[in-house]
Amino acid sequence: MRPQDILMPVASGLCCKPGGFHIDPVRPVERAVITHGHSDHARAGHGAVLATQETLDMMRLRYGENFAGSTQAISYGEEIRLGETSVTFHPAGHVLGSAQVAVTCKDICIVASGDYKDAPDPTCTPFELVPCDVFITEATFGLPVFRHGDAADEVKKLLASVALFPERAHLVGAYSLGKAQRVIALLRQAGYDAPIYLHGAMEKITHYYQSRGIELGELRPVKGVKKAALAGTITLAPPSATSDLWTRRFPDPVTAFASGWMRVRARARQRGIELPLVISDHADWDGLTATITATGAGEIWVTHGQEDALVHWCQSKGLRAQPLDLVGYGDEEETEAPLADEAEA
Amino acid sequence: MNRFAELLDRLAYEPGRNNKLRLITGYFREVGDPDRGYALAALTGALSFKHAKPALIRDLIASRTDPVLFGLSYDYVGDLSETVALMWPKAAMAAHNNPPPPTLTEVVTTLRTLGKTELPKQLERWLDELDETGRWALLKLVTGALRIGISARLAKTAAAALGDKDPHDVELMWPGLAPPYLELFAWLEGRGDKPVNRDPAPFRPVMLAHAIEDTDFAPLDPADYIAEWKWDGIRVQAVAGRDEHGHITARLYSRTGEDITGSFPDLVPSLRLPGAIDGELLILREGRVQSFNVLQQRLNRKVVSPKLIKEFPIHLRAYDLLGDDANDLRELPFAERRERLETFIKQLDDPRIDLSPTVPFASWEALTAARADPASAGAGDDADAVEGVMLKRRDAPYLPGRPKGQWWKWKRDPHIIDAVLMYAQRGHGKRSSFYSDYTFGVWTAGAGGDELVPVGKAYFGFTDEELLQIDRFVRRNTTEKFGPVRHVVHEGDKGLVLEVAFEGLQRSPRHKSGVAMRFPRISRLRWDKPPREADRLETLEKMLKAEAAEIEA
Repeated sequence: MRPQDILMPVASGLCCKPGGFHIDPVRPVERAVITHGHSDHARAGHGAVLATQETLDMMRLRYGENFAGSTQAISYGEEIRLGETSVTFHPAGHVLGSAQVAVTCKDICIVASGDYKDAPDPTCTPFELVPCDVFITEATFGLPVFRHGDAADEVKKLLASVALFPERAHLVGAYSLGKAQRVIALLRQAGYDAPIYLHGAMEKITHYYQSRGIELGELRPVKGVKKAALAGTITLAPPSATSDLWTRRFPDPVTAFASGWMRVRARARQRGIELPLVISDHADWDGLTATITATGAGEIWVTHGQEDALVHWCQSKGLRAQPLDLVGYGDEEETEAPLADEAEA
Repeated sequence: MNRFAELLDRLAYEPGRNNKLRLITGYFREVGDPDRGYALAALTGALSFKHAKPALIRDLIASRTDPVLFGLSYDYVGDLSETVALMWPKAAMAAHNNPPPPTLTEVVTTLRTLGKTELPKQLERWLDELDETGRWALLKLVTGALRIGISARLAKTAAAALGDKDPHDVELMWPGLAPPYLELFAWLEGRGDKPVNRDPAPFRPVMLAHAIEDTDFAPLDPADYIAEWKWDGIRVQAVAGRDEHGHITARLYSRTGEDITGSFPDLVPSLRLPGAIDGELLILREGRVQSFNVLQQRLNRKVVSPKLIKEFPIHLRAYDLLGDDANDLRELPFAERRERLETFIKQLDDPRIDLSPTVPFASWEALTAARADPASAGAGDDADAVEGVMLKRRDAPYLPGRPKGQWWKWKRDPHIIDAVLMYAQRGHGKRSSFYSDYTFGVWTAGAGGDELVPVGKAYFGFTDEELLQIDRFVRRNTTEKFGPVRHVVHEGDKGLVLEVAFEGLQRSPRHKSGVAMRFPRISRLRWDKPPREADRLETLEKMLKAEAAEIEA
């Protein structure tokens, strides 16, 4: 049996024929195995869904009770038989509940890592290395220019700016699932104990994080707060909101954006960002290459992102590597739905 | 170096002037001598060393990285220094020993004396020692491409703020100072005496005028004012002084204090009497003042060829006298300075320097008539080069900046066209949530009938209330989105007509329409006008013909 007989890319996503399921399918399928709750990976309308409890909860929050025909929760390390395969879930360190899916069939083990990062994150279980024969890696930041550094230093930058401009509001764009909570947790770790304000779109998911025992300190909705009262405060908002009408409620806002993309100046400038914060929930170049090496896999499949550079790197290290042409995955940002009630206020 | 890099990094993203000032002043407060002095030198463009060529940077990165990975990265980032800064792999040795990163002082002083052959090795060492931002700043510095939107003036103002001093004082002493400005910082921090400018031909901060509005006239008495033409050239300060050996040093400064003597060597021999003239730089041909478009042929030239000098003969028209030999005249009333100026120009007796005539008037009505028709009010053949009139209080001393109620400028009515809003783009900083940059077009005959062709871009001229209205219109009438740019509906009967005011036109191969406007701004919103009634390109072309004939003459 060849690896591509176990998992192969089809129009609806990564298909496991011998197991009878798809991983992170982009179209409705009968049985879906979902790595994490971001909307480009976790979609509604599947027959049966297998995922971690957190991922299932997040899907329920986003899509409502009837997001799938049936659901089954699986914990990290737990093994489950699906068709001729056995499937285990392992922490991916990307966001709360995110998992790598290891699929073993006969004597071949393939790990579909979903989105992952090997950097520390106070809001989720750390990435676990899973030795395998074939490693499917993302390549969101698959260029050697992406080196993310220590997220704590970026948060220091933010706090220094708040101290320098106490009469202005600081508006931090961050994806509402994962990044926002990580930034808040990092601010708390840095000793910032003032209330942190939230855009309406962040409230539900952030409260969910708190209900899972993640300490985020005092959080307040920004809606209804007087403009003057927002001077010297920090507000978290979805990236799309930080350049829109919504920002007019803040006194002379400093616009920050917490993202790995902020490493590249042109990206920050295009978005009109004044304070780029290089904080990423994806592995950077060093993380990707170190992880690939450490899995011991002889074959690497590279998906969504800068495949070319990573495939080239693998080949230069004597590894078999190919891009997996999967469509429909990308930056969470592109798929984040605008909020009707906040957008044009 | 890392701290300086952090400052540059932050400045590169900060759009607001006051916030930039605070960032720079904060840096000066936090960082000691001599690093901050070299930072001030870097920001004011006062550092001089041989710059490294991009090819050298390419060789360095090629020796450390895979060419395919570099190629893909460079493609993605689009900027050589930034790509190298981000992907630079530290040498194993360096990571091990962890040598401290170089200070800015170390970088600047080393670069000054370093031989060409030693540069690559030295750069490599520094790149190993610095972080990403540090490497980026270093590469920008050594390639001489430190473009971060900071003027020398802004950097000096930030330094002055460190000691709550007047920026003009810093400007005055500046020509006598040199990096790392220890004396200056000692004074700013109250540890030392005020530095004295020993420059024989120093710049004096210029006095500027307010634009006069109709409602400003009522309380003004015509008898208190002297009027003169406002020439459409470049405001300059021409200074000549004697050094300690008695030799004359002559310098030409722009209104911001930039030394532009090198661009106008043909004027220097005429500046032979010690003194400081405030005047306008013009091109004169056979005694006639040429338009600004003609003068523009002499601006921003790297080489000033004899041919250029001959075809575009430079001229200084004098408005004011700030210094006469060693005497500072700035405290004197304008009327008295004007008398001194007349004497000075007569004494100088040079064909390249003349006096800007005053415009006699007894009432505001008379001045209104003169402004409307400068040709018959004394400007004669030069009327086309008159941009308006200046009103100066007879008793006004020469004050730096834009003091209230002393000088007024009253420009002639600008050119006006009605154009159609075509595209809108988000602004920056405070305006980042508004569509505040507008591309507008006029009609021209196309293959399939009349079509709009873009003729310019404007991002001011409207009131805050009008900005809100246009912003709303843009959001409701977007036909397509391209990143930050929105296409706004522009058809014969659907769209927004903007009345655009501008100062002049130029032929421009870079624009599809073939014309470029000078100083365009939105003067009125024509909600009442259907787009089909907006102006046509032919109207602009007619205006162009008259100007073009002049440049080629």
